[in-house]
Amino acid sequence: MNSLGITHFLVLSSLLFSIGLVCALTRKNALSILIGIELILNAAGLNFVAFSRYGNFGIEGPVFTLFIIVLAAAEAVVALAMIFTLQKKYKTVDVDRTDSLRG
Amino acid sequence: MNNSILVPLLFYIVAGLTLSFALFATLSKNIVRAVFSLLGTFVGVAILYGMLSAEFIAVIQILVYVGGILVLMLFAVMLTSHIENAPNSNRSGSRFLGFSAGSILACILIILMIQTPWRSLWTGNFEPITRQLGQYLLNRGILPFEILSILLLAVLIGTVVVARTALQQNRPPHE
Amino acid sequence: MKELSYLWLIPFFPALGCFINAVTGRRLFNRYGELPSKIIALTASWLSFGVALTAFITLLKSPSGTLLYNKAWTWIQVGHLEANFAFAIDALSGMMVLIVTFVGSLIHIYATGYMKGDPGFWRFLCYLNGFLFAMLLLVLGDNLLLMFVGWEGVGVCSYLLIGFWYQELANARAGMKAFLVNRVGDFAFLIGFFILFWGLGGNWDHQGYQIQNVFSLTFRELPQLVAAASDKTLWGLPLLTWVALFFFLGATGKSAQIPLYVWLPDAMAGPTPVSALIHAATMVTAGVYMIARLNFIYIQSPLAMTVVACVGALTALFAATIGCTQHDIKKVLAYSTVSQLGFMFIGVGVGAFWAGTYHLLTHALFKACLFLGAGSVIMAMHHEQDMRKMGGLSRFMPRTRWTYFIACLAITGFPVASGFYSKDEILWQAFNSHALLIPGYLIWAVGFLAAGLTSFYMWRSYFLTFTGTYETHTDHSTNHHSSHHTPSLKDDEHQHTTQNNDVSSHNNNASSHQTASSLNHAHHSGQHATPHEQPLAITGVLIVLAILAVLVSFLGIPKLWTHHDPILKHYLAPVFAQAEHLPKLFGPHEGHGVEWLLMSLSVMWAGMGCALAWWMYRGRKNPFPAQLVARFPRLNKIIFNKYYIDEFYKATLVRAFMGISQFNNWFDKNVVDFVVLQFAAVIRFFAWIEGMIDKHIIDACVNFIAHLTDSLGKASQKLQNGQLSLYFASLIAGCICLALFLFYFMNIYP
Repeated sequence: MNSLGITHFLVLSSLLFSIGLVCALTRKNALSILIGIELILNAAGLNFVAFSRYGNFGIEGPVFTLFIIVLAAAEAVVALAMIFTLQKKYKTVDVDRTDSLRG
Repeated sequence: MNNSILVPLLFYIVAGLTLSFALFATLSKNIVRAVFSLLGTFVGVAILYGMLSAEFIAVIQILVYVGGILVLMLFAVMLTSHIENAPNSNRSGSRFLGFSAGSILACILIILMIQTPWRSLWTGNFEPITRQLGQYLLNRGILPFEILSILLLAVLIGTVVVARTALQQNRPPHE
Repeated sequence: MKELSYLWLIPFFPALGCFINAVTGRRLFNRYGELPSKIIALTASWLSFGVALTAFITLLKSPSGTLLYNKAWTWIQVGHLEANFAFAIDALSGMMVLIVTFVGSLIHIYATGYMKGDPGFWRFLCYLNGFLFAMLLLVLGDNLLLMFVGWEGVGVCSYLLIGFWYQELANARAGMKAFLVNRVGDFAFLIGFFILFWGLGGNWDHQGYQIQNVFSLTFRELPQLVAAASDKTLWGLPLLTWVALFFFLGATGKSAQIPLYVWLPDAMAGPTPVSALIHAATMVTAGVYMIARLNFIYIQSPLAMTVVACVGALTALFAATIGCTQHDIKKVLAYSTVSQLGFMFIGVGVGAFWAGTYHLLTHALFKACLFLGAGSVIMAMHHEQDMRKMGGLSRFMPRTRWTYFIACLAITGFPVASGFYSKDEILWQAFNSHALLIPGYLIWAVGFLAAGLTSFYMWRSYFLTFTGTYETHTDHSTNHHSSHHTPSLKDDEHQHTTQNNDVSSHNNNASSHQTASSLNHAHHSGQHATPHEQPLAITGVLIVLAILAVLVSFLGIPKLWTHHDPILKHYLAPVFAQAEHLPKLFGPHEGHGVEWLLMSLSVMWAGMGCALAWWMYRGRKNPFPAQLVARFPRLNKIIFNKYYIDEFYKATLVRAFMGISQFNNWFDKNVVDFVVLQFAAVIRFFAWIEGMIDKHIIDACVNFIAHLTDSLGKASQKLQNGQLSLYFASLIAGCICLALFLFYFMNIYP
């Protein structure tokens, strides 16, 4: 608690990750799943930067975080397009109702 | 860190804010409010990036996440839910398995993080990374950079195709 | 002992003929008629005779006492017993083989004529060949077991032949009766055999008898074995006496003596060739042959010899009395056979084995001639057998008449033909014998009486059949016509001649009227044509037999006349050597006067009988017989009905047997089946239990497994509800589990 160690950042990112996971698992709105995914990605990026800072690993950590951010953006776009398609087909974004694969 | 009290305190405050915004995003029944609390989460993470001396990333985070993704999600919320259902549009389904899985995972990860003897090598100096980042991206990391751009192009085209198909299904038949 | 490798052919040829006729006879008969069966059967029997003749000539050329031997194959060789399929010809069996094959072949020829037109022609010849085979086994077998095989075989064939026209119930019954009575005799034979085997087999250690390694029942070795056992006793009587008595009981069955003669008169239901072959010449002589063969046993036992001689004498007299009253010509001849067999048993009973055998030979010839002549008469009269309806046939059938006449001369004992020599020898030896327990002259007296009666009834039958005038009868198919009362015969048996369906009459009536339905002479109704002489197949055989009946007398010219032993006695001497030492009343050179006296008495007695018959029955004009019947009606009735012996047997023995078998039937049905049903009930109970187990336990297990699978399936179904959140959560849960597993069980930390 004296000074800021890597552990703090790691614990934070773990918690953020878990919260994002819970959000993705327990919500029934498709957009909430996307929210959860974004939280997970954020936690992962934070992890990268923390490790690269505290381990003196050079610039690759933040570079990768950059990539994560970009990819998260791309993926959000694609996911939203799929949600639109889902909305067209099922007339709802409730993932509990989209169970044609049930069986 | 030189200032032994202030920085950790700052960290705790920002971390707490981030987590609480994240929790709110998870537990809220109103999808609009969930998306907006996500904004707070992004900002908090950006501050944390700054505390880790990765200021470029923090800025990019704000720009891309908040300015792009969040706005996009808000558009999606607008387009996919009826306004009168908004306060109740984010209920949770089978909660038990998800909550337990998440909590157990959290426990495992935290225990793991705490108990591992990390070797910290940070010298503690804050300096901007922009120059290094740029040099890296255009020298050693040129390949991922280009691939990323192609990826973005693909995403662009793909989304247009998907949305077009979706939109075409909505067209009246006499077209 | 000489090895003669073709002896097995003698029984083989008739067996082959029988087999071929049995297998193919019907088809050949349907397609080609009578000729194929005729050829097969006649060839078989004459070939057999040819081989037998060759063997006999070889025997004659060999020194006296030679045995010709041929072992066909090993049959029984187990433990102490050895009995093989082996044939042996010594003097006795050589003679028998010739008689059997020659007379048998002649009768085969006769049968082809007699059975002409019968639909079962091929079957008859097949049975005849089969009978020949069995009889040859009997006489050729060199051990007691093989002889017994033949013994049984002739019983079977006689059953088949007697009941040949089996569509008539009465004929079938006659066949059954013959077979069953024979079985009783065979049982006695077997008991005697077992006692012999047991007695000789060495169960006498305490008397110091040595057990031999191989015990043989052959006639070659039995004499020594028997001689060694001659002092053993069993329950008081000597062993050999028991054996001899039981064997003799078997002989009474086969050779129709008291008490088992009852089948022979009923056996006349068979066709006449059967009567001639079986019941005159061959089968009934099997008993005599057996006793002659086992002479070494009988010699050791005076008691048995006495029994044999007494039974023979009594039977001779008994049957002769019945024969005097019969109307059916075949019945007369049947009782005559029983009576003559009694004479043969007298002969072997008093120890004159060669004389008994000689009478066997002469009887075969003249009795066959008589039967065949009667058959010829019956055919001419269109199957009429009642002598009262015959008469005056001498005009129409001269050959039959003369051969019958010669045969009558033979049987009644005139010196012209052979019967005199054999019968007289027997009576003389009976008188002369001192080996029995009773004086010999008692036997002689009974035999003498019987001989007189023989003469009487035989000449009666001749005069009734052939003399007088022939009268046609309008109705002969039933017997209720009494339009022509012939007063010469006893009248009051008409009430006994009821229709054939009276089953209690023991076939007395059925066999006397072989109904026309059994042969295809159905077109004869109303007046029948005058009788005519039969074809050559029939009369030729008669002539041959009559000539032989005369010629055979030269074999037995008594020593009294020629001062040499008769030819046959000399020929048979090696077989009956032991009998020469039996005690006699007169020595070998004494008693000539007595012998001359007895001989002339016999001739006179026979002449008196003939004269009486001539006076009473010639021309059938004498009312004396009718008056005799009227004077003694009850006596006549008793004698005519065979002293009611058949009825007596039926009431006692047959009823006892039927009672036993009905009791067995009741026992089987109620007791044995009851026990079995209880077992079945127990088993049903166990089956019910198992059914319950199967239904409730095993099926429950199976159903449980099915339910389990169903439940698992339904539970698993919940895992796939199509909802992303569940899938995602399961994925995370899996990762957690993997992580925990790695951390805590395998100590792999990141």
